[in-house]
Amino acid sequence: MAEYSAFALLRNALHGNREWKPAWRKPDPKPSYDVIIIGGGGHGLSTAYYLAKEHGITNVAVLERGWLGQGNIGRNTTMIRSNYLLPENSHFYEHSVKLWENLSHDLNYNVMFSQRGVLNLAHTPAQLDDFARRGNSMRHCGIDAELMTPDEIKRFIPALDISVGGRFPVVGGLIQKRAGTARHDAVAWGFARGADRRGVDIIENCEVTGFLRDGDRIVGVTTTRGEIRAKKTAVAVAGNTGAVMKLAGIDRLPIETHVLQAFVSEGLKPFMDSVVTFGAGHLYVTQSDKGGMVFGGDIDGYNTYAQRGNLPIVEEVMAEMVALFPGLSRVRLLRSWGGLMDMSMDGTPIITTGPLPGMYLNCGWCYGGFKATPASGWCFAYTIAQDRPHKFNAAMTLDRFKRGFIVDEKGQGATPRLH
Amino acid sequence: MLITCPYCGPRDLSEYTYQGDANRVRPDPASTDQAAWNDYVYDRINTAGEHREFWQHSGGCRAHLLVTRNTLTHAISFVGFAREHGEPKHLERRKGGKA
Repeated sequence: MAEYSAFALLRNALHGNREWKPAWRKPDPKPSYDVIIIGGGGHGLSTAYYLAKEHGITNVAVLERGWLGQGNIGRNTTMIRSNYLLPENSHFYEHSVKLWENLSHDLNYNVMFSQRGVLNLAHTPAQLDDFARRGNSMRHCGIDAELMTPDEIKRFIPALDISVGGRFPVVGGLIQKRAGTARHDAVAWGFARGADRRGVDIIENCEVTGFLRDGDRIVGVTTTRGEIRAKKTAVAVAGNTGAVMKLAGIDRLPIETHVLQAFVSEGLKPFMDSVVTFGAGHLYVTQSDKGGMVFGGDIDGYNTYAQRGNLPIVEEVMAEMVALFPGLSRVRLLRSWGGLMDMSMDGTPIITTGPLPGMYLNCGWCYGGFKATPASGWCFAYTIAQDRPHKFNAAMTLDRFKRGFIVDEKGQGATPRLH
Repeated sequence: MLITCPYCGPRDLSEYTYQGDANRVRPDPASTDQAAWNDYVYDRINTAGEHREFWQHSGGCRAHLLVTRNTLTHAISFVGFAREHGEPKHLERRKGGKA
């Protein structure tokens, strides 16, 4: 029987809510495991979940430096989509959307996946042509995409100023209606509980301080809670990939760590029921179920490990927000925060075996990691269990840069701050 | 974040454009050493701490600057002209090599 259900709610209500179990245990680390996953964020937890569920590998530990959900899984703007141009990305992210569509049932945990649509606004005829091309590419891959006219957009989101102050008038848009948002904390907690109930040890406050080696091979880690051995060691630490890989002697990677800021306004009455992106600058905005406008823009654009940004980006994002929604100009900003982005050199992630024997690497998510959470874990689990990539992540190798097989969605070249 | 331009004095971040990691070593343009080019174009040390990087004062005197900045705190410990200070320390490492 499902752990969370209307019946369980009723039974616990009658017993004074004393029978609920914690969503995950707090085990001490065992001396050895089949698989260690470094990083208890969304991707690490979903990797553990799919290792147990799809591959029957349950002797697994997830090592988290702080507490579960303190990193990017709780810092993103919760948007989910698969509206990519390149087939390598389309198939991977579409697999993710399909996993999202059944995730609440699969986890028996309501992740509040809401397919409210993601609408990209076009402001020049050339941009609209480009969107049409991307829409066609998506439909070739079996993904839904529709072009919208300015009139349809105006009816869809009445609050939007489609003249954008007369400066960047909206000439159309591309919408993926199956895209949407989810509640990011529930995703972390749901995957954590799902993994825990299948036998995975989630070990918090356990920082990896080094790697154990047998010759070239990685055979475990040293941590602040002692030595832990493992047949396979997987790394999924996003912005801290460089720092963790340096412990293994890998001092250079095709990654730079940058900060992305996100913002939330005070709560408003229902205002818009979609995700909208501004195409003349960079802004993506949605309204949360609590009513706050949740939005973000570009990364700050310089290397940093500080989980906070600077004011020029704040000013730029607010200006774009008010240009699109003049009615929000007097709404107060409630919070802003930053998260560390592992910006790869072509804007595409890395999910691969290696680079050392016994090691597996998952990184390079730029600022699109949240939507990938289920597929990233699903593909990484496959790669760890089978020692080879699944076809969905076959192009996401570490050596693609050396071989000249980059997957550069935006065509920006090796300039991480522009991806 | 304020960067003190050697010409213009302390100016706001919004006047500057980031030009990236200054620890990279550009191989000799005639070089056909693929590993050296791959290193230069794609690989980064991605330091958590003191980081040597290039900025351009694009909204001011347009000078290219070399800045040493702590990526954990954003504290800037050095600013100089790139033409005077731009050569990376470990260039010597490669001078004897094929690159």
